[in-house]
Amino acid sequence: MIAAAGAHPRLAARAVGVASLVVVVVLVEALIRSGVINRFVVPLPSQILAAIPRIVMEENVLHRFWQTTQEVLWAALLLAFAGVGLGVLLYRFRILRVACETWVAALAAAPIVLMYPLFLVIFGRSATTIVAIGFAAGVPAVILKTVEGLAGTRQVLIDVGRSFRLTGTQQFRMILLPAALPSIFVGLRLGLIFAMINIVGVEFLINFGGLGQLINDLAERYDLPGTYAAICFVVLVSVAFFAATERLERMFTRTA
Amino acid sequence: MNYTAKAPSAGRVLALRVGLVAAMLVAWEALAVSGWLFRDVVPPLATIGRAVVTLLGRADFYANLGATASEIGVGLALGGVCGLAAGIALGANRFVADAFEALLHYLGPTPKIIFFPVMIMWFGVGAGSKIAMAAISCFFPIAISTAGGMRGIDQVLIRVGRSFRARPWQMITKIYLPAMRAPVLTGLRLGLGVAIIGTLLAETKLSNRGLGYLIIQAYSTFDMPRMYALLIVLFILAIGLNALIGRIGRART
Repeated sequence: MIAAAGAHPRLAARAVGVASLVVVVVLVEALIRSGVINRFVVPLPSQILAAIPRIVMEENVLHRFWQTTQEVLWAALLLAFAGVGLGVLLYRFRILRVACETWVAALAAAPIVLMYPLFLVIFGRSATTIVAIGFAAGVPAVILKTVEGLAGTRQVLIDVGRSFRLTGTQQFRMILLPAALPSIFVGLRLGLIFAMINIVGVEFLINFGGLGQLINDLAERYDLPGTYAAICFVVLVSVAFFAATERLERMFTRTA
Repeated sequence: MNYTAKAPSAGRVLALRVGLVAAMLVAWEALAVSGWLFRDVVPPLATIGRAVVTLLGRADFYANLGATASEIGVGLALGGVCGLAAGIALGANRFVADAFEALLHYLGPTPKIIFFPVMIMWFGVGAGSKIAMAAISCFFPIAISTAGGMRGIDQVLIRVGRSFRARPWQMITKIYLPAMRAPVLTGLRLGLGVAIIGTLLAETKLSNRGLGYLIIQAYSTFDMPRMYALLIVLFILAIGLNALIGRIGRART
């Protein structure tokens, strides 16, 4: 009853949120049509809506989306292998962990994406540069959360493993890894989000690849409705991506 | 394998750290002189050291640093004030939070640099678009952190304020802000980090001044030692500033 009573105001609030967005869009349309807002700076929302099917067809959005997805997938693969591997290494050798954990944390706070000109010089203007930056931006989170998960394994579980005289590998496979999986997954999710943000950003900056390049292309052609539509599309893709990873994380943490 | 080894001594940790740094420097120098990579991609350490000294001795570096710092500062002030106001509004009212917080939650982590073409159209190619980039970058973490902080304020404090019939502005300055200093400072710290990134990326894309412009200029002229020097100085400044705000936060709470 209480939950149901709480759900109604929440639904009403969400409806107000969506309605407010619609009101803002209609207001902007009216202000542009009346000349208060310059239509050469902000295109009509109706034009932006109309531009979406155009850019999907003419600008090959699906192909660009697939290009960006591939880059994210490669970065994810690298993050899963190298990031989790390095986290396990830091956990396994305590001295290495004590010596390096603060460095990894500092790296997590560093503006790595600003090194993109350096990556351009090393890897060239290619997908490798984009994947490398995505990986570099995401890997500290994966390492830190892997170490955190492994270090947070309850002592009683480790003792149970010892009482069964498990070997080191068995201890890791049967006790430590299952106990650390929820934390590792949180790290992978964070890493993937950082990777995705940086991949789209660098695509835009170096004018190469998928969705990021699309925005740059359209902006350089001064296709205003197309630029705004492409930005909306990228924002929607990002939101869908975050929502999907969030749901996956919840599902995974529940079953782990 | 023993997974619960004792904590190593400070001396051994220090020795390992020094060893790791030394190994990295030796590996770098070996790569620089090996000729495996295209000339200057990995310059010798001495060359990078000289480039750092030259960079720090040049007046134009400080002029560009000033330009970037002012863009970040103004952007942080604008985005910070808006973020603080939005966070207080969301944190103070459950209905408003249910209506709009999901928007912040999902828009927050989108790559802000994609809005740069729009910022150029709205604010021009000068400092205005970079300030706007800094402002929209830092708005989200500050708003989200403030909203969380508002919800964490002890209800007794709020009731005390109301019983004294404090006005909304007095509630904000006397109750809310002092009570949520820690989350606001955390938001500010996160906001500063993303504001630096947003501003500098915008400068690398389209600008004729600022540190981002210097970096992309060094890339265009293939002046690798200068680019390394700029990145080193930039990383030291960004990490140092972040640590400074963190230290202020810890000292005040």
